[in-house]
Amino acid sequence: MSGCARSAPRAAYALCSALLACVLPGAALAQQQLIHEERSLYRQVLVYEDADSRCLCFTRQCFVGRQSCIDLKRPDRLLFEYTQMMLGALYLNPDPDRILIIGLGGGTLPRTLRALLPNATIDVVEIDPAVLRVAQDYFGFHADALMHVIEEDGRAYVRRALRGEQRYALIMLDAYDHQYIPEHMLTREFLEEVRSLLAPGGIVAANTFSSSRLYDSESVTYRSVFGEFYNLKSSNRVILASATSLPTLAQASGNSRRFVAAFSKLGFTPQSVLGRFNTGSDWDVRARILTDQYSPANLLNGTSR
Amino acid sequence: MYRASLYLIAGWSGFFVMAIELLAGRLLAPYFGSSIYVWGAIITVFMLALSLGYLAGGRASLSAPSLRRLAILLLIAAAATVPVLLFGDPLLERLSSALGDPRFGSLLSAALLFFLPTFVSGMISPYAVRLLVDDRASAGHHAGKLYFVSTFGSAAGTILTSFYLVLYLEVNQIVLLMLGVSLALGILTCWIPFEAEA
Repeated sequence: MSGCARSAPRAAYALCSALLACVLPGAALAQQQLIHEERSLYRQVLVYEDADSRCLCFTRQCFVGRQSCIDLKRPDRLLFEYTQMMLGALYLNPDPDRILIIGLGGGTLPRTLRALLPNATIDVVEIDPAVLRVAQDYFGFHADALMHVIEEDGRAYVRRALRGEQRYALIMLDAYDHQYIPEHMLTREFLEEVRSLLAPGGIVAANTFSSSRLYDSESVTYRSVFGEFYNLKSSNRVILASATSLPTLAQASGNSRRFVAAFSKLGFTPQSVLGRFNTGSDWDVRARILTDQYSPANLLNGTSR
Repeated sequence: MYRASLYLIAGWSGFFVMAIELLAGRLLAPYFGSSIYVWGAIITVFMLALSLGYLAGGRASLSAPSLRRLAILLLIAAAATVPVLLFGDPLLERLSSALGDPRFGSLLSAALLFFLPTFVSGMISPYAVRLLVDDRASAGHHAGKLYFVSTFGSAAGTILTSFYLVLYLEVNQIVLLMLGVSLALGILTCWIPFEAEA
């Protein structure tokens, strides 16, 4: 699973297709062809292609919940803004030696991080073996000596890694989908486990939700575990939080300069992401914290604020 | 009144089983995840416990069946759920660290925590059929109505828990609430001595 790009509200297909034209130039829906389809243990895994891009989807109306897309001519480019925002984690910790990614999707994040950080150990946890196959066959993802894919539930892996006393300098949570959230991976207890799994100065980056009542609950839950965090919003929302003290915006800005050349190859500027760093709280602080005992994340996600 | 309380107990028991089954998924998820294996393990344990419970309930109905004893079964099922509240988390913590495999870890956990209450709940339907049936001619009719009530209760327990209760209450609060209902229903039935109509 992987967080998808929620380019528009679910029902607003017309608006959505209009938006898509801006997000992905030339991605006219009529030209989209289904090139691969399989039913996994968890879902349908679909691969669509048009003249310029290839996308992984878990639903038939692929323009709503695209999990991952690659530019066929320039596969290095990051087509989704959320993946660019996730890389903002590197402004807070520019040289993570050990990285954990929960949710493979099309493998864009691990592929990009591998290119940026050739010496980093990257562990990717993916529950669905079909997603791994498709990422390898259609999206150019491949494991290497320092990149391992673990086929397991994300939370079960986090607990196992804690028992093994492992630590990560960067943990990316990308296991949420616009349609379904693994509720046990959006609770205070889970985030406490994630924080314990971070090395000193370690950073967590989470691709999460930008609308619905879940926004409030998710915000107060992250706040209760990590204190202040950077909240990056576009159509998606990315949370960047630290295990210890959150680096200042000046430090982030300083680190971002290291990535000017690397990010321009990926199709964006470090400044565009830095401009979205925000520590303000624009949520209802009285919202109920999500816990293992209380985690109706999917119900909240279906309710408007 | 006598028949109504039989149906009420069977219907409530159906509600109870399915609500607990859904919450079992919640309780196991932090430790074993919510992969298809974990749900498979939970459903297996519940189905197995119910099937054996039916067998035991039918057998128990052979000797001196009474409404009071049926109510006691309901109370035992509720009491057997108490360890889930008291020892659930420490047990899951131990089992998940001892058994890495999500399949057998969740199977064993679900069996230890939920087999007994579900087994006893399964005893209720066949036992209640025995109390309802007066003659052979109407046996199928009564059994059909009882299955209806019990399975309808299960449907209600499923939808109420998954759509609404989890939105307002914590998992343990829902379990406590249900234990309260079982306790009230069981004690009331025991306390008010109904006479069989036939």
